[in-house]
This record gives sequence, C-alpha cells and structure tokens, in this order.
Amino acid sequence: MDLIVQRRIKQVIKGDQNAFGEIVELYKDKVYQICFRMLWDRHEAEDAAQETFLKAFLNIHTYNQSKKFSTWLYRIATNLCIDKIRKKKPDYHLDEEIAGTEGLNMYSHLASGGQLPEEEVESLEVQASIHEAILMLPEKYRSVIVLKYIEELPLQEIADILELPLGTVKTRVHRGREALRKHLRHL
Amino acid sequence: MTSCPKQIVHYMHEYLDGDIREEAKQELRFHIETCTDCKKHFAELKKTIALVQSASHIEAPAGFTAKVMALLPREGKKIGMERWFRNHPFLTAAALFLLFMSGGFASLFSQEDNHFAFTKNSELKVENETVIVPAGTKIEEDLFVKNGNIRIEGSVEGDVTVINGERFMASAGNVTGEIKEIDQLFGRIWYEMKSLFQ
Ligand SMILES: [Zn+2]
Repeated sequence: MDLIVQRRIKQVIKGDQNAFGEIVELYKDKVYQICFRMLWDRHEAEDAAQETFLKAFLNIHTYNQSKKFSTWLYRIATNLCIDKIRKKKPDYHLDEEIAGTEGLNMYSHLASGGQLPEEEVESLEVQASIHEAILMLPEKYRSVIVLKYIEELPLQEIADILELPLGTVKTRVHRGREALRKHLRHL
Repeated sequence: MTSCPKQIVHYMHEYLDGDIREEAKQELRFHIETCTDCKKHFAELKKTIALVQSASHIEAPAGFTAKVMALLPREGKKIGMERWFRNHPFLTAAALFLLFMSGGFASLFSQEDNHFAFTKNSELKVENETVIVPAGTKIEEDLFVKNGNIRIEGSVEGDVTVINGERFMASAGNVTGEIKEIDQLFGRIWYEMKSLFQ
C-alpha cells in the first residue's frame, strides 16, 4: 500500500487531482474516525475530515516523501481537531450535562447517522458510554488514546504524529487510561 | 492499596504498553496475587482497554471523496500550461535546444534583436516593417510575420501568423485559414513547441 501511496503522491505533486482522489478513498475512514472520536459531532467530524484532506492537498509539497504519509496526514487531522476543541471548549464539558441526556443524544446521533441499525440497544448504551468517556478526556489525553486504541497505532508513530517525545506520549497514555478507568469500570 | 509500593501502578501501565523489564513484571505479578485492590485496579484497566477497543469503527459518510474533490482549487488554463512545462522538463529542454539550433529563434532569447522576418513571396509588398497583401492579389500559402505587422487588403488562402506584431485587415481582405497573433515570449515558445510536436 505504501508504494501505491507514494506513487499517487508523486502524481498529485505533478498536478494530477484524480490521483488525490485515490488517496482520499484510501484514508477517508481513518481520518473521519479520528475526527469523530475527537469531536463527537458527525457534521463537525465531516467538516474536519474534509478540511484535513484539503490542507493535505494544498501543502503536499511540504510532505517529506521519505516519511510515512499517514503520520503526516493524521498530524494534520489531530491538529485541526485540537484547534477546534480549543475554540469551542465550553461545549465539550459533558460532565455539566444532566445525567441521562447524553445517552439520548447519543441515540439520536447514531440513529440520524444511519449507523448500526442492527445493533442492540444494550450495546448502543455501552458504545455511548465509551464514546462519552473518551470525550471527557482532556484533549491531550484524548488524542493519544484515540490514536492508540481506536487507530491502533504504535506509540512511536503516535509520538511522530503529535511531534512529542515518546516518554510524554507514554505518560499521556497512562493518565488517559486511568481517567478512562474511572468512567468505565462500572460498566 | 495505600500501603502498596508506589511503582506497582506504573508497572501495570508498562505491562499494558508491552514495555516492561522482567524483574518489574515478576514484582507486579507477585503483588497482584497478594493484593486484591491492585488486582482489581489492573483488571479494570484491562477492561477499559477492551471497551475502548470495542468502540465501533465508523466510516466516512457517503459521497465524502466527491465532496473533497469539489473543494480542491480548479486548475486554470495558465496553470495547466505552466505545469506542462514543469512536468515535461525534458521535452521543454529538448524543444528549446531545437529552437536554438534552428537559429531562426535565437532572437527569441535576446530582447535587443528585433529582427524583422516574414515569408518570402513575390506578391507581397513591404513598407516600414509592415507586410502588405495588396488588394486584388491572392496568396496561396501560409504567411508568417515576425517582429512586424501585416496588412491584408487582398486574400490569403492559408494561415496567417503574426509574432510580436499587429494585423490590420482591410474590409476587402480575406483569410481562409487560421489567424494567430502571438506576442508573449511565453506564447511564442508555446507556439513553437506545439508545432514541433504536431
Ligand atoms: Zn496493592
């Protein structure tokens, strides 16, 4: 896959927009997922994911072709999401919401997105709790947890994406796990 | 748990990262076997990870790629041409080399040389760097004027190309072929290259 990606990127640099379309196809789910887990809102996640690809296209010349493309792309996505979270911080304190309503929001949310119609209500509730627990994390822990456990990336790659020392990433993963444990241990 | 060694929780995380020394692992294992609080803590962490990993994987909405493609800046014609030169450095270089070698186009590259040139045809008249197709004459070939003007009073059965000059057409004048006026250096190179590869 890396070889195909590198070839497509060379074509994009040469001005072939269709080649970029193929790159979007390859990475859209991963990028959308990062954005969705970071931002909670489907529409915002879609906007952020689109913006990620637009930025990638416009800045493709700054991508170092000897490095992994996904690392560069995910960095754009996480930076964009972190930016958005900071800009609209007050909305993200879910603890302030009345207990019980988050679950409902989550239902209508998933239902309106047309996902999981076949899934059971019980697992929806569990999913909602997991999602909320991730969203309650401060953004610096949230990004490492999403990259480690949703995207299943190795710690070193996470450090590359976030441009942080490996030790810092480990500390954040540890703290993120402890914070999640407090929210999820009763499930 | 207050009496537990401080490093035990740290070892749990090292273990979960798959990055733990053998002695630390033994110490963790031994402690967990004897301490219910830490055993519970460790189990909760593992459960937490399993739950987060079970978070359903979602896909980008339908039509996502098309929306992204619609956001990309449109490629202008000029950009297209510049890109062509950039993307075909070899062809560009080869074409420029041929132009140099052909001699006639050396003038392209030195601004001082505004050498007036035109297709030799006995029917044509020339006045002050203006080529004239006199009224009543019929030129049966393509006409080419460089660094000069052309005034067409008669008829031309062929193309008329003016480089770095102007074309004047009398009401009775008539050209059956294409009329091209090229006055930018860029356009001239482009024109020459196109004819080279046709
Ligand atoms: Zn203990």
